[in-house]
Amino acid sequence: MNTFVDAFRFMGDHPHLLLVKTGEHLELSGAALGIALLIALPIGLWLGHLHRGLFLAASVSNVGRALPSLVLIAFGLTIFGVGFWNNTAALVVLAIPPILTNAYFAIDACDRDAVEAARGMGMTGLQVLLQVELPLGLPFVLAGIRIAAIFVIATATIAAVAGGGGLGQIIVNQASYGLGGVVAAALWVSALAFAASLLLTAVRRIGSPRRVPVP
Amino acid sequence: MIVAAGPVIPNFGSGSSCEVRNGWFCTEWVSQHWSDTLQPALFQHIELVAIAVGIGFVIAAGLALAGFRYRLLDPPIGFVSDFLYTIPSLALFQILIPFTGISLTTVEIALVSYTLLILYRNLIVGLRAVPADIVEAARGAGFTRMQTFTRVEVPLALPAILTGLRIATVSTVSIATIAPFVIAKGLGQPIYDALGQGVFKTEIFTAGGMVIALALVLDALLVLLQRALTPWVRA
Repeated sequence: MNTFVDAFRFMGDHPHLLLVKTGEHLELSGAALGIALLIALPIGLWLGHLHRGLFLAASVSNVGRALPSLVLIAFGLTIFGVGFWNNTAALVVLAIPPILTNAYFAIDACDRDAVEAARGMGMTGLQVLLQVELPLGLPFVLAGIRIAAIFVIATATIAAVAGGGGLGQIIVNQASYGLGGVVAAALWVSALAFAASLLLTAVRRIGSPRRVPVP
Repeated sequence: MIVAAGPVIPNFGSGSSCEVRNGWFCTEWVSQHWSDTLQPALFQHIELVAIAVGIGFVIAAGLALAGFRYRLLDPPIGFVSDFLYTIPSLALFQILIPFTGISLTTVEIALVSYTLLILYRNLIVGLRAVPADIVEAARGAGFTRMQTFTRVEVPLALPAILTGLRIATVSTVSIATIAPFVIAKGLGQPIYDALGQGVFKTEIFTAGGMVIALALVLDALLVLLQRALTPWVRA
């Protein structure tokens, strides 16, 4: 248990270091999540709207689950070399499957009667998607984003082996920071992931239509 | 920063021309090091996954039985397993080291905790989805509670349970790649070594490809098992 005392002492002694590393961590995670959202969300939503591409949505999630983060980071390193982009690219690839698959199934599973009614009222395809299907499917879409965010924050830690910044730099460098420092950073990054998870759960509850139970 | 454990694998000085210039994929390196590096790592990886999924399944089944019978227990169990799933794997290893040391136990505790959420959720959802009418009918036909459970509820929940097993297995193959941050075992080790040896591409691509292939092969085998055990699903 002494290690945990050391860990909390480390947090008290080095608040600035931890904050800087947290900033780097969030920058890397945020950039990756943002790019993944820009790529995966439109594709998932649109395919779900068309009720096409079930095979694509299902296999993206299967293959995505089989892609280990360390392997992606190592592949990124061979292709892009050391830098911000090798890690960002790896994290983007990791974040796309849950976002795309959840967006697809959220829209695909929308109540067909509601969609028919919207069409009957003269809504265009895009209006149906944005004003009917997206609000109905929002909880499930946000659940996918939450999973992606957790993945990305967790994997950004591993990015330290490939020259990435962030809290992982402390975790993989026991020689400089001691086991107390390593455990401190590990607890810190766990809290970060948990905070992101709670935040997105809260957004999901606020964003859910009333009287519809959150899945 | 990166500590190479075990033998120095890529030998840039005396290897083939492809190895010396660190080409994209040197087949001769793979054939030379299959038996001393890649194959042992593959077997270790399978062992890591088998232990984790096996223990994880036993624990998740016990928890699911408790959560299924006593509904009050379900939210806390769900919350704890959800929380464990949120902790980044590398961080969980480090947090466990003060307790269990640099050991296989540390790695397995972390791997098991990641399987719990997936397995528990699928077990509970599968068991809950069994229609009440069918359970009533079985009870009416004179089945005891135990018989209803083993002969009606479990078989009907089997597709969901096996899907959980598939997802947990594939995820564990993937997460076990991080094991070398604690102990030199599994297919993550050659990747880790190669990152430390001037990013030796052949080794990264081979070991990385083997992890992905292992995940896909195990997934396919479990699909076959699923079809064999639940033939009625496809009908």
